[in-house]
Amino acid sequence: MDQLLQHLVNATVLGGTYALLGIGLTLIFGIMRVVNFTHGELYAFGAYAVYWLVAAAGVNFFLALPIAIAAGLVLGALVEVVLLRPMRGADIDTTMLVMIGAWIVMQNSEMIVWGGVAKSIPTPFPETPLVVSSISVAWLRLFALGIALLLIGGTYALINHTKLGTAMRATFQDRDTAALMGVNIRAIHTTTFAIGSGLAAAAGALLGPVFLVEPTMGDLASLKAFAIVILGGLGNVTGATIGGFVLALVEEMGAGYISSGYRDAMGFLIIIVVLLIRPTGLFARAERVG
Amino acid sequence: MTKRTIAKPGFTAVLLTGMLATALSAQQPIKIGVIQPLTGAFAASGTYVTNGARIAADEINAQGGVLGRKIELVVEDNKSNPTEAAAVAEKLIVRDKVPVLMGAWGSSLTLAAMPKLMEYQIPMLVETSSSDKITTIGNPFVFRISPPSSVEAIGFAKVIDQLKIAKADFLVVSNDWGLGTADQFGKMFKAHNITVGLVETMAQNAQDMSAQLSKIKGSDADTLIVTTAVEQLTLIFKQAAALGLKRRIITTGGSQVPDQLIEQAGGAANGSSHIAFFAPWNPELSADPARARGFIAEWKKRGYPFAGLTESFRGYDGIRTIAAAITKAGKPEAGAIREAFWNVELTGLGGKIKFAKVGPAGKESGQSVCNVYLVRIENGRVVVPKG
Repeated sequence: MDQLLQHLVNATVLGGTYALLGIGLTLIFGIMRVVNFTHGELYAFGAYAVYWLVAAAGVNFFLALPIAIAAGLVLGALVEVVLLRPMRGADIDTTMLVMIGAWIVMQNSEMIVWGGVAKSIPTPFPETPLVVSSISVAWLRLFALGIALLLIGGTYALINHTKLGTAMRATFQDRDTAALMGVNIRAIHTTTFAIGSGLAAAAGALLGPVFLVEPTMGDLASLKAFAIVILGGLGNVTGATIGGFVLALVEEMGAGYISSGYRDAMGFLIIIVVLLIRPTGLFARAERVG
Repeated sequence: MTKRTIAKPGFTAVLLTGMLATALSAQQPIKIGVIQPLTGAFAASGTYVTNGARIAADEINAQGGVLGRKIELVVEDNKSNPTEAAAVAEKLIVRDKVPVLMGAWGSSLTLAAMPKLMEYQIPMLVETSSSDKITTIGNPFVFRISPPSSVEAIGFAKVIDQLKIAKADFLVVSNDWGLGTADQFGKMFKAHNITVGLVETMAQNAQDMSAQLSKIKGSDADTLIVTTAVEQLTLIFKQAAALGLKRRIITTGGSQVPDQLIEQAGGAANGSSHIAFFAPWNPELSADPARARGFIAEWKKRGYPFAGLTESFRGYDGIRTIAAAITKAGKPEAGAIREAFWNVELTGLGGKIKFAKVGPAGKESGQSVCNVYLVRIENGRVVVPKG
């Protein structure tokens, strides 16, 4: 029983950051129809930004987080304006190739700047965990979960309760009609890509101190983000949130009770099952065509 | 007469070209291919080994090189990926025409490169890998200076009675190295009446081992044996502490880089023990103390982290062994170097290097033995047992 509770706690803590990763990717795909292969690199960028700020520049850890997220937003906007804006109207395969190129360039830049050796980010949190009866959890991970939930809530509010969110949703439903109604599609695209990238950078900034920071860290994150998005349904923010928690739960329980060697395979097994039963993902809404 | 006047300059030209070619080849360095993980999951270790190899090469060149020629390391990154390891081995052999290789750090990486040695008949010195398979599958081009897991287990068996282990769990990286260690140590434990409990695995790029550690927390074993490189070990120590896992942790494989663990995992690494093959904290324990001191001094002079020494000595010993083989061979040719490996005898930082034949008859690989130490981390410092 204790072990089960510990597994559930682990899964919840991990699920929050998975959800954050998934939301960023699903937003960009849903609104822009761009398969964003740089998502994992934005995640790594967020982690390296915090590392640089805390370890090299001596910035306070709590201040470094928002700076890293803001830097992620700016970098995302830059990628959109420089790479994606000229590609508007190109088919999805072409943009995919451009994004794969950007992914490789970004990862290799990280390698040149930081070297291949993993870095550790110091944090102000105590090493001794929070212990409740026989369940323990690190303070840092609880903090990461809290911030992740806050950011997820913020993204929801932005999409559902603001004018910008309404414009984003209108663009998602029907780009041409939205444009005719006076929505500035260009600005929406840049904003969406920036927000998606900012969320990836936030996930990296939160998980970087929990794990280690290294140039290829984005690959696994990217793979998980794709899994979450497929699980939750492409373009569905609620789906991605639930998908994040489901993936974490499946991985944790799979590793705990079936076989730890197949931990990363568990998530993909679930995806196959979901795709067999509901090919559009668990929570996909019917999409308006034309 | 006419004939002679035409033939003379022609003959001289041929002679000159011949002399020039000989002179040029004498000046051209002898290439040694080095395959290491410089990026990916094992980047830290691979970089240390490569830097150790460079120190050996510079030292040899400063003393006049080998066979009157300088040696040149051609370093390729296998990206911690077996497919890449095989590809770069082929590139080094075919394009750079190296007569001998050193690599490829991890067992799975080395095993992936090994068929290329058979295909092109090029010998390789294995400096780090510890899967027993490497020297037992019958590849006569392999010469290993790192101890296989079975030898490591025998070395560990000498101190096992003092540790009073009743039951041990394993957490190993799911590749040839980790699984081989669990297998060999498991056998040795059973022979010493120690119960083997859980055997948990993790992918080499996994970052969250909480699930495995939570499961281990529920077991009644008194000891946890962990096999993986320093990056994952750091995470395991941090996550074990976060889960409140209070257990004796012993790590194997010699790639723990204890000082980096202390720096990155902090207090979480206190109380853990590590099987190491070189003890830079006390160079007097080395098979060649004077050389060990010189190597440590040069390492520091180049600004490399002290932590890397437990890994870099492998590259240093490896290149010195290869240079000794080339000298014995008398020419930088693959076949001659391979034969010469059997006659090499030198004192490395990790122990006396001399290859014994292991594996199936007629296709034996070379295996040398190495020192084994069990060091402890106490209050943020590495403690080395005497002797």
